[in-house]
Amino acid sequence: MADPMRIRAQSAGDKATVRVLMSHEMETGLRKDAAGKTIPAWFIQEVSAALNGKTVMTAQWGPSVSKNPFLQFSIKGAKAGDKVAVTWTDNKGDKRTDEAAVS
Amino acid sequence: MRTRTRLILTAVSAAAAALATASAVAQKSAADGIAEYRAMIADGNPAELFEAKGEDLWKKKRGPKNATLERCDLGLGPGVVKGAWVQMPRWFADTQRVQDLESRLLTCMDTLQGINPADVIKAPFGKGEQVVMEALAAWISGESRGQRMALPQSHPEEKRMYQMGQRAFFFRGGPMDFACSTCHGEAGKRIRLQDLPDLRSNPGDGIGFAAWPAYRVSNGELWSMQRRLNDCFRQQRFPYPGYASEATIALGVYMGVNAKGAEAIAPALKR
Repeated sequence: MADPMRIRAQSAGDKATVRVLMSHEMETGLRKDAAGKTIPAWFIQEVSAALNGKTVMTAQWGPSVSKNPFLQFSIKGAKAGDKVAVTWTDNKGDKRTDEAAVS
Repeated sequence: MRTRTRLILTAVSAAAAALATASAVAQKSAADGIAEYRAMIADGNPAELFEAKGEDLWKKKRGPKNATLERCDLGLGPGVVKGAWVQMPRWFADTQRVQDLESRLLTCMDTLQGINPADVIKAPFGKGEQVVMEALAAWISGESRGQRMALPQSHPEEKRMYQMGQRAFFFRGGPMDFACSTCHGEAGKRIRLQDLPDLRSNPGDGIGFAAWPAYRVSNGELWSMQRRLNDCFRQQRFPYPGYASEATIALGVYMGVNAKGAEAIAPALKR
């Protein structure tokens, strides 16, 4: 089970800025361990964000994204109290969804 | 004759002043560049992830005794976490020792949870029980964010540890004849673009002892003070005195007491 994300969403004017910190190893599949064996690739492939249950953004990620990635984006029309949910799926099929309210 | 000498002297000092200004400007722009980079990444410091994990671990029942760490005394009374970190390492009457955060956690894990300290000490950094240690260190230090370093020096044992830390700090040895003071005993030094704090006195807010534990962007790991010291010793080609050993705690007392009044920003973000 993956560790939780940290999501902060702050409204300013007619949009909200969302900042997400994800906890993930993000192995590229190019590194080798101490024994010289390749460490298998393990990274987030899909990220999606939903505002009150309606998908507002999807993204496809690859192995070049850093470990413990930070993602920032803004949602038009989001108001205080709205629920922002972020979901990621990695190449092993592991999934995690976390939610935060816009402040 | 006299006038000429004075003239030359003035010319020399003017040139020296010009040089000093030029190098100060060059250094400032490099430092500014790094500061700008830090500000850019500071918004999403992944140390937050470790802090959240540490808070959960503090309240989680673990070990053979299936207990939480919530009764752990970090120096301000059982269970008091806020403000505890800026006063560590300090003297603890129950163990009759001066302990830093990590050695104190070893005691708490042993007495409250029944976890053998040797299991933590033996684990390589970033693996096994050390993962727990790093997360706890991140959260506990984060609970003192914004406070000022105020290590107590009232107990004779705390004073003795300061003396010992000072000797360890200036002790030269190893194949490179290095001491801690070789890099950290002068102001305005750097390795490549990394400013080296002068740890003989207060290096300023959020610098040096007041900034560790920290998240290192370069390897995506959270380093505790013990791990930072381990790397210092490695770079000196010194054998590591051991996790939570007296020598490492003494160095902590020396750096912490010197940093008195510096604002704590741990867990910080490092390159």
